[in-house]
Amino acid sequence: MRDVAVIGVGMNKWGELWEKSLRDIFVEAALLAMDDAGVDHIDSLYVGSMTPGLFIGQEHLGSLLADYLGQCPIPAARVESACASGGLAVRMGWMDVALGVSDIVLVSGVEKMLDVDGAGATYALATAADQEWECYNGATFPGLYAMIANAYQAKHNIPFGKFRKQLAQVAVKNHANGLLNPNAQFQTKVTPEQVMASTMVADPLRLLDCSPITDGAAAAILCPLEMARAKFKKHSPVVIAASGAATDTLSLAHREDMTYLKATEVAAQRAYKMAGLKPADIDFAEVHDCFTIAEICVTEALGFFEVGKGGDATLAGATALDGAKPINSSGGLKSKGHPVGATGVAQAIEVVHQLRGDAGKRQLKKARIGLTQNMGGSGGSTIVHIFKSV
Amino acid sequence: MSSITARYWREIPQRYRGEAAKSKKTGKTYFPPRLVEPKNGNREFEPVKLDYEGKLVTYTIIRVAPAGFEDQGAYALGIVELPGGARITTQIADCPLSDVKIGMKVRIEFRKIRDEGHEGIHCYGYKVVPA
Repeated sequence: MRDVAVIGVGMNKWGELWEKSLRDIFVEAALLAMDDAGVDHIDSLYVGSMTPGLFIGQEHLGSLLADYLGQCPIPAARVESACASGGLAVRMGWMDVALGVSDIVLVSGVEKMLDVDGAGATYALATAADQEWECYNGATFPGLYAMIANAYQAKHNIPFGKFRKQLAQVAVKNHANGLLNPNAQFQTKVTPEQVMASTMVADPLRLLDCSPITDGAAAAILCPLEMARAKFKKHSPVVIAASGAATDTLSLAHREDMTYLKATEVAAQRAYKMAGLKPADIDFAEVHDCFTIAEICVTEALGFFEVGKGGDATLAGATALDGAKPINSSGGLKSKGHPVGATGVAQAIEVVHQLRGDAGKRQLKKARIGLTQNMGGSGGSTIVHIFKSV
Repeated sequence: MSSITARYWREIPQRYRGEAAKSKKTGKTYFPPRLVEPKNGNREFEPVKLDYEGKLVTYTIIRVAPAGFEDQGAYALGIVELPGGARITTQIADCPLSDVKIGMKVRIEFRKIRDEGHEGIHCYGYKVVPA
């Protein structure tokens, strides 16, 4: 297996991009990545997109996007793992290069969510849950994560007031980071009081505990590390040190422990093993904060904090930009936005910027090994990557 | 919404009658029934009916309802653990929202779930009520 480097990254500003179509935002991001890498052709393409079919009635993205990027007849594939589609695109591209099937591979993600109304978007997102046994009975995504939150609070005996503040701090921190990210959908400061006063969506989760609906695309160029060193010298290369993936039951009700994201633990363990690393070796991470409770649970499953202590760590500032374990320096899904299929790729882009040292105002002092964790549904699938600067 | 009804009626044995499957190897109850058991590959099951008395292990109050449920206002949704190991995701009905508690004993009942489509076809299934 060859070592794989990231040689270029590109994303547009995420948000409500009314004037731009799915193919527009994809091509923009892809060209940014290709220019950043210094390539004008690619060997293959992976695009993560959760459900262009439901959002805009368009499937067959491999053909569409290879075409509009001007790269036919390359092989191209749209990959899907609900909200982990972007992470899956990175993983498939990594495999393609590592195994020697292709040299220069575009990994990307795109979601055009605002061409349907709120109800349409909610319906499309709900397809990541169990249609027949969760959604049929009235479940929603905030509802599923709210049930995780309530079970977690009960299991770890956290008084509600304290728990509610722990959740709020995740949103506060991620918005503070997003203020420093020019590509973030929301560049607004948010206070704990604002979070705790926002509209209740599914007890205890309020509007500001939930990531938003967003249009956006993100892209990166991969190639063998040897080729990067020989030919692509615009940036110092960032290496994909490991890729790990795992599944868990689709239905939250069928999990062994509903308060614990087992798929995240398994995917991370696979990645740590491949890289020869431990949780303590990771300097910073981009994780899947689809809801505030998710970030807390993920950091525990990644082995960063003791189970039940993720909230305490957050309140204590451990995960802030200047903390011991910065989480979501990009602003996370909460503030950067969550165009579903693009998120996993944007996580990689943030890590690459940090490792290159060009993250601007968000630059972390200690950034040599970064991790991305991208999750589908209520935790039914997870993809973890570890990146290192070389 | 599709006008094809098979997707609805093929789940009736589970939604109306609680028909589940018990593993001949481990004795665990699976709902909905499966063709193969996780972790051991077992394919031998015997049909059983769900035990209707269970315990609420977590819940939330859905205040922003999905399509089809808007007229139900805020409702309690939870996960109920049943004897034999099965767990279901279901609404908690006939109970003031403030009385819903983790650990409460509940009982499955046949209920209308929602209306579907322009025709307002009734869709049925199960909910739980305080036991």
